[in-house]
Amino acid sequence: MNILVIAEHDNADLAPATLNTVTAAGQVGGDVHVLVAGQDCAGVADAAAKIAGVSKVWVCDCATYAHEITENTAALIQSIVNGKGDGKGYSHVMAPASTFGKALIPYVAALCDVQSISDISEVVDADTFVRPIYAGNALSKVKSSEAVKMLTVRTTAFELADDASADQSTDQNKWAEIESIDDAGATNWVQFIEQSLSPSERPELTSARVVVSGGRGMQSGENFPLLEKLADQLGGAVGASRAAVDAGFVPNDYQVGQTGKVVAPDLYLAVGISGAIQHLAGMKDSKVIVAINNDEEAPIFQVADYGWNEDLFVAVPALQAELEK
Amino acid sequence: MKILVPVKRVIDANIRVRVKPDQTGVETANVKMAMNPFCEIAVEQALRLKEAGHAEEVIIVSAGPEKCQETIRTGLAMGADRGVHINTETTLEPLAIAKMIKAVAEKESADLVILGKQAIDDDNNQTGQMLAAIMQRPLGSYISKIEKNHDGFAITREIDAGLEKLQITSPAVVTTDLRLNEPRYASLPNIMKAKKKPIDIVTPEQLGVDISNRIEVLQVTEPPTRDAGVMVSSAAELVDKLKNEAKVI
Ligand SMILES: Cc1cc2nc3c(=O)[nH]c(=O)nc-3n(C[C@H](O)[C@H](O)[C@H](O)COP(=O)(O)OP(=O)(O)OC[C@H]3O[C@@H](n4cnc5c(N)ncnc54)[C@H](O)[C@@H]3O)c2cc1C
Repeated sequence: MNILVIAEHDNADLAPATLNTVTAAGQVGGDVHVLVAGQDCAGVADAAAKIAGVSKVWVCDCATYAHEITENTAALIQSIVNGKGDGKGYSHVMAPASTFGKALIPYVAALCDVQSISDISEVVDADTFVRPIYAGNALSKVKSSEAVKMLTVRTTAFELADDASADQSTDQNKWAEIESIDDAGATNWVQFIEQSLSPSERPELTSARVVVSGGRGMQSGENFPLLEKLADQLGGAVGASRAAVDAGFVPNDYQVGQTGKVVAPDLYLAVGISGAIQHLAGMKDSKVIVAINNDEEAPIFQVADYGWNEDLFVAVPALQAELEK
Repeated sequence: MKILVPVKRVIDANIRVRVKPDQTGVETANVKMAMNPFCEIAVEQALRLKEAGHAEEVIIVSAGPEKCQETIRTGLAMGADRGVHINTETTLEPLAIAKMIKAVAEKESADLVILGKQAIDDDNNQTGQMLAAIMQRPLGSYISKIEKNHDGFAITREIDAGLEKLQITSPAVVTTDLRLNEPRYASLPNIMKAKKKPIDIVTPEQLGVDISNRIEVLQVTEPPTRDAGVMVSSAAELVDKLKNEAKVI
């Protein structure tokens, strides 16, 4: 059995979500290969080759993949699944359940006439998986009868695979072989114009050890620096509820929840967030949850390990002062 | 331009769902149902494009049991022109739904299909991508902005790292994210008018689509619950607990 993991990256760095996906692939059992499609992405391919458990890296370094265009990457994956390369084909294709993977995997699946499975949180066996449904209010165990399983992976449900890139002394013989593969042509339907990315010095939201999130209770975007300072003191990232994003306090990529990002840090601080089920869906697997809210009835207190019924404009500065001590 | 908007009938977003005791699914009997919120955003966007003079007709399509016609009527009451109901009692998977929507889109010569990015019941987030793939039309997923222009559509997508702008050709398939618009409420006169708007009824067989399932649901269970913890009343107490009890800072 060969499993193809689609690397998420920005041509410079491999996204940590790829490492969680490799762990899930390892649990399926079989040879784990990684596809790196990009432009000037040799460094990413090198990093992928050093991931523990990966036996081969396909790299397609081509202008077509300079920016992620679902159609182009999907065509490449389809050609590989159909046997391009070593001609052996794959039993599983897996990508992280990020906006990258969520757009890509169903698209490839339909090209291959496969019904894909989204956002798996557990691998039971090579055909059987568990996934959350209804904003995580139920878990569905499903079995696929497809010849090729195409899956997106809830990254917070799987550990990071060992990534030897930090340790250059690791035995080179154990690194996966890297082989290049031909591109599969480019669509002329879709033209990349630009990306406006939220610049941040902080850790990435979905892999941060600490997340400090603000909700409608923050009142305005001008108040978010309060949370940024707290996040910096704790070495964490800043997130938000949908209400805070909709109100324009912070950009869309801050949204945690059923229809935003899923996070499971060691410590999640919910500040001025009521705790709607759609928000809980994105953070209730955090190890420790702290809630600061001035409404003692707020549902967030029902899932919080530590609740503090206080005005956030009093509590957050007090917390900052205490951490400075 | 003709716009097709596929919509899904789901358990209302405000309802707390319960797993059935026999673990075959969640309780749907006597539960309030509604149009999937992302589909409402899709209907709204189609209406806005029509109101801006870019489209002549907005058609709503929904697949599922008879009750789906209520959901189609919701779209008609918002202002869509007519509906297509794909009538079936079979549980549908996204690929089968995409194939049926493709058949309808081709029959109607739809230039733009606008779908919600995900349905809040199965949380699959698949149908739009699958439709674009099998129709071989450009995909604009997770859009927060769409403008008709000379070359097709200028779209802005919500991605994990921020926003992305693409230009896609027409005809196209796009899926909506939350920030695209705020859907209107249907006015009472429009709800009355909607009752007279036509809904065509077709079957999967008539559309020539095999809807047999490829994924078997073995068991649906409750997730582990979290217990409420303790309340603190000062920063010193909270920091002490986080350091010495939870050991996370
Ligand atoms: C289709 C759909 C998808 C959705 N997806 C998501 C999602 O992905 N993520 C998400 O978060 N939501 C999502 N939602 C929205 C969700 O239902 C809630 O509306 C949202 O989470 C509420 O955000 P909030 O808690 O910030 O705001 P509110 O519910 O308004 O809560 C604000 C809280 O702040 C507290 N507060 C106010 N002032 C202060 C103060 N001075 N000090 C302390 N506390 C204060 C209040 O007591 C209150 O509890 C979705 C909804 C739908 C229908």
